[in-house]
Amino acid sequence: MVIHFTNARLVDATRDAPGALLIVDRQIAWVGAGEVPSHARTVDCGGRMLAPALIDGGVFSADAPACLAGGIASIVLMPDGSPPLDEPALIEFARAHVKPHIWVHPLAAATRALAGAELAEVGLCKAAGAVGVATGRTAIADAGVMFRLLQYASAFDMVVVSHAENTALVGDAVATEGEFATRMGLPAAPAFAEAMAVARDLRLAEAAGARLHFRQVTTAESLGLIRTAKARGQRVTCGVTPAHFLLNEQAVSGYRTFARVSPPLRHEDDRKAVIAALADGTIDVIASGHDPRSQEQKRLPFADAEPGMVGAETLLALAATLVRDEQVSWCGLLAMLAANPARIFGLPGGRLVSGAPADLIMVDADAPWRIAADRLQATAGNTPFDGLPTQGRVLMTIKGGEVLWEL
Amino acid sequence: MTAPPAATPPHLASHHPFPHRHLLGIGELHPHEIGWLLDAAEGWIAVNRAKRKHDDRLAGLTLINAFFENSTRTLLSFEIAGKRLGADVVNMGVGSSSVKKGETLLDTALTLNAMHPDMLVIRHASSGAVQLIAEKVDCPVLNAGDGRHEHPTQALLDALTIRRRKGGIDGLTVAICGDILHSRVARSNFQLLGSMGAKVRAVAPPTLLASDLDRLGVETFTDMDAGLDGADVVMMLRLQRERMSGGYVPSPREYFHYYGLTRARLAACKPDVLVMHPGPMNRGVEIDSAVADDITRSGVTEQVEMGVAVRMACLDVLTRSRRGVAGW
Repeated sequence: MVIHFTNARLVDATRDAPGALLIVDRQIAWVGAGEVPSHARTVDCGGRMLAPALIDGGVFSADAPACLAGGIASIVLMPDGSPPLDEPALIEFARAHVKPHIWVHPLAAATRALAGAELAEVGLCKAAGAVGVATGRTAIADAGVMFRLLQYASAFDMVVVSHAENTALVGDAVATEGEFATRMGLPAAPAFAEAMAVARDLRLAEAAGARLHFRQVTTAESLGLIRTAKARGQRVTCGVTPAHFLLNEQAVSGYRTFARVSPPLRHEDDRKAVIAALADGTIDVIASGHDPRSQEQKRLPFADAEPGMVGAETLLALAATLVRDEQVSWCGLLAMLAANPARIFGLPGGRLVSGAPADLIMVDADAPWRIAADRLQATAGNTPFDGLPTQGRVLMTIKGGEVLWEL
Repeated sequence: MTAPPAATPPHLASHHPFPHRHLLGIGELHPHEIGWLLDAAEGWIAVNRAKRKHDDRLAGLTLINAFFENSTRTLLSFEIAGKRLGADVVNMGVGSSSVKKGETLLDTALTLNAMHPDMLVIRHASSGAVQLIAEKVDCPVLNAGDGRHEHPTQALLDALTIRRRKGGIDGLTVAICGDILHSRVARSNFQLLGSMGAKVRAVAPPTLLASDLDRLGVETFTDMDAGLDGADVVMMLRLQRERMSGGYVPSPREYFHYYGLTRARLAACKPDVLVMHPGPMNRGVEIDSAVADDITRSGVTEQVEMGVAVRMACLDVLTRSRRGVAGW
């Protein structure tokens, strides 16, 4: 397929300018202006945004319809499947099973069955296509195991994705300690449980010479630690999901289990610190954390419900609130939604350059729409943003040169 | 008997005295509604002391006490309250429920609902669970304790006991001592007593205090003698056995040494101090027997008596709408 996109606003991490773009077969042939073959199909973008398809830097489910509707052509899949992705064969299966709809880049489970005790075959998993190693939904409690994991993974130059919560302090907590959790009577852990985990893993990674990525960093204190480590030149990156920069703990009022996420929603001060860290580049990645949960897992008393929310289809619109609030530019946003995750996990794409994969999205950056949980493409509707009016909609998703979704 | 006159302030006289379908927590009540409920409960005390303890206003209505967490005295109190009002009372304890067979809480709730109860009284070990059920059923729901969140009838019966002994609540200093962190009784009482004008203190070792209690208007003390200084009311909380052997405090004897209520400690309080305990008491752990049995100062048995009266008032009020009582 040869497609000539004309009259587009070309946006990626380093460019925001009008122009045209040509894709030939599965690659971008040129960006800006160039020769157009006579058999090319022309798509007039009408001045709308043409950007690299999003690379979702951390999801729990390879939910292709939701991803394509959200403009996501590549996902970094967490290893918390059933069974956990702790063997090369499981990595191969995870990569293949939703082809050809989206690119699935699995993370290998750091430890067998994600139990936090014995190292899994991360080297063989890399050979099978794993793009990194992850501790899963929880941190590795034992600092010795975590240290050996970081040392071992560094030999394969695999990034280690850590969950930043001190397991002993968190215990059975489902909320952040403070007035709100006290009033609600919810088991709560102090917010500094996150900073302690970040401090530990930063120190261990430095000693091991390993590359470290925190999938979610959500408090002012831990963001400060990462800011300092980056300034010292340590190879550390971090991400966040829209829930932690758009919601604070009050979203849990009425024991709304759809707002139960892990780590739990934080105080307003921490939410503002996350926005500041997105604006100053401390945070590298905005991921959806897409995690469809069934009614049976959510229609329960708050502390008994599973954490997690769906987010693939709402990722761009929710992240775009940062542009409208003038915290980041569109270039900055597409860095966090595409170029940075590509760099961290060593993936192709994420930029509009010739030779890159023809994974693109056309976006109406201003289109208003209302999030409706019952109309999502996702396999479940567990979003705390149900009913929220928002702006910015993906009109077309192209993956591997094929138009796979159109509004 | 007829309900006593409402203590509604004049500017609210045109309003409904108790505009709530359910009773899920003290947090949703205004002070004048609390006062109105206490007045209503006061009217039931005489009935409970009479030879013939019966009033059939709930005749023909079905009350289900669904207790997903073990309880003896609260369940008994609700059962007696329901029976004295003439309701058909059915108890469902955790042992006999389908929860053990893997049924979800909401399925159990819908099953109960399909039997057309007129009132559900629910206790559950998880905060917010009673509210979750209330959203799914067709009848009024009364929270008999959810996790560490709320236990509104306990706070009401405590308030009634204090009001009868002290003549009022406004201006009193009330020290609530013990396992604050895990206590729904403490959370309901903080809100009720605070909204009625009492100065509320929380006294506990730091490991058993909840965070940010000052934001709830509660002053915290880790030194019990300082916390009891000048108190009008001391409310002791039960400390569960599994929490007193190294988890939150080192041992029962160390706990009693520093946080047990003894005669010597009571000396710091006002001379006419009222000692309360929601029960069941751990004698020798949080309270000395001599204090527990001191009939001039202990309000423990009166609390139990007020419990029945308060629950009768709540059951009466919450079922008025379906009984077609004029104005409800």
